Amino acid sequence: MPEAPYGDGPAIAPAGGGGAMDLATAEGGTLEQAPAPAGPSGPGPAGRPRSLWSDAWHDLRRNPVFVVAALVILFLFAISVWPQLIAPGNPLDCDLARAQQGSRAGHPFGFDGQGCDVYTRTVHGARTSVTVGVCATLGVALLGSALGGFAGFLGGVPDALLSRLTDVFFAIPVVLGGLVLLSVVTSDTVWPVIGFMLLLGWPQVSRIARGSVIAAKQNDYVQAARALGASPARLLLKHVMPNAVAPVIVVATIALGTYVSLEATLSYLGVGLRPPTVSWGIDISAASPYIRNAPHMLLWPAGALAVTVLAFIMLGDAVRDALDPKLR
Amino acid sequence: MGRYVIRRLLQMIPVFAGATLLIFLMVNVMGDPVAGLCGERRCDPATAARLRAEFGLDRPLWQQYLTSMGNVVTGDFGTAFNGQPVVELMADAFPVTIRLTLVAIFFEIVIGVGLGMLTGLRRGRPVDTGVLLATLVVIAVPTFVTGLLLQLLLGVKWGWIRPSVSAEAPLDELIVPGLVLAAVSLAYVTRLTRTSIAENRRADYVRTAIAKGLPRRRVMTRHLLRNSLIPVVTFIGADIGALMGGAIVTERIFNIHGVGYQLYQGILRQSTQTVVGFVTVLVLVFLLVNLLVDLLYAVLDPRIRYA
Repeated sequence: MPEAPYGDGPAIAPAGGGGAMDLATAEGGTLEQAPAPAGPSGPGPAGRPRSLWSDAWHDLRRNPVFVVAALVILFLFAISVWPQLIAPGNPLDCDLARAQQGSRAGHPFGFDGQGCDVYTRTVHGARTSVTVGVCATLGVALLGSALGGFAGFLGGVPDALLSRLTDVFFAIPVVLGGLVLLSVVTSDTVWPVIGFMLLLGWPQVSRIARGSVIAAKQNDYVQAARALGASPARLLLKHVMPNAVAPVIVVATIALGTYVSLEATLSYLGVGLRPPTVSWGIDISAASPYIRNAPHMLLWPAGALAVTVLAFIMLGDAVRDALDPKLR
Repeated sequence: MGRYVIRRLLQMIPVFAGATLLIFLMVNVMGDPVAGLCGERRCDPATAARLRAEFGLDRPLWQQYLTSMGNVVTGDFGTAFNGQPVVELMADAFPVTIRLTLVAIFFEIVIGVGLGMLTGLRRGRPVDTGVLLATLVVIAVPTFVTGLLLQLLLGVKWGWIRPSVSAEAPLDELIVPGLVLAAVSLAYVTRLTRTSIAENRRADYVRTAIAKGLPRRRVMTRHLLRNSLIPVVTFIGADIGALMGGAIVTERIFNIHGVGYQLYQGILRQSTQTVVGFVTVLVLVFLLVNLLVDLLYAVLDPRIRYA
């Protein structure tokens, strides 16, 4: 195994505020590619050797953790697109006369400090969290793997520059950066928060992508393609990228949960999303002063948040196990 | 070794400059630093202009950055919004946060490495599955929720701890906040140690050590654990910086007057100098701890040599 891919000298694990994003690489050591026809699974039903992907899919379908997580996530997606399906009420329909009241018929989760129905708000809050998580993850994965991939593929000066730049970003605590940057924003959309996650999130992915591109580029088939006269663009797109993308997918899946959690944390600190956006973070933040008298106002959105983050982390965990046979 | 340290210290300079520049730019985006100086009211234009000239805010941004870094190098961090020197705020805040971080690191090492070793040696058993599931749950619940819940249960309902920490923040009051701060990292340390131990347990040197008749305890601690700790040390090292910066949430919940509290106040009052000063020190701590971690590798694994 070449030691080179993860930087010069003893590599510093990309830990930090991001937390979960490190799980994938740190835990498995280097996320090397699976040898395509993995031993025990052998040739597929069609007689052809299975690729890494079909092998992984074969494992995933049989992994109960994956199935449960995927079902929860499908449900979340469904209620973010059609919240009316299970919560026909309006989340902004509040009546101060009902403030902080417990559950009763038709309002199973009770009412919050403003007299809004907690159940309706919790269901409608899924959309915000899912939007932030999915958009931030897609953006970070694309930006990070593009920058890291090119740097790793080109090597030399661009690589050195990018590595130093990622070092700079790693030195800044995430929550702190969010507090400073978002404290001036006065928008009630989710975009500033997503933009901020993009700004501070890409180095995590770019470090992983760089490492796996460097590892993939040393493979014999890439050398062979180069010797046959393939252009650099073809080498990168056809030979290196498909074989380097697995670690990025794993990191991104786990990161999605982290972003959902980060959005709630920023909203709790008062700099993330703002009302009238319906978000679990905002609701938890608003409920926290009254936790003594009316804990239900906090527990329901917090529970929904925890289940969502848990589902994404479990999904990432299962995908990592499937894509990285070394751990079995 | 000496040459390696010097090279690393030199490499730190551009990263330090870049990180401080980044935070300087962010803070300047943050808003008008003069606005915070007139209290809740808006400054009248003449006063604002005078203050601006006094603090050198009328000069171009790059000059401001160089001046501010020059001052930092000589130990002058400027004044906070209430006229107190930022250095004084630091002298009050850093000991508290350092104590909190130490408590958190202690939990990470004792509980995290302990559980990791326990599960790594019993991979696939019920203990392993249970702990693994528990770590996932801990990771999934955001720190502020864990903090609020523990404060409610232990502080308010059962009265085991004081719900908010007093100004001096003695060690015994920091136990629960430290646990809250450590929670997520603790789960990672457990998982990391578990994987590392499980991987190394089948290594040749462990078999040799057992074969030559060493007591099991010695094989586990001196051979297996020591060799499995490198990724864990890397994680904990990088985590120290993150814990100190991430203490904002924990400090807010338990009303601890540490670095996070001062930073939060600084940001609320748009006190540029407080924010830049504290973040500069945090970045420096982060970089130095990382260097220390790299040097620690050589202690754990004598095969690693620094020329």
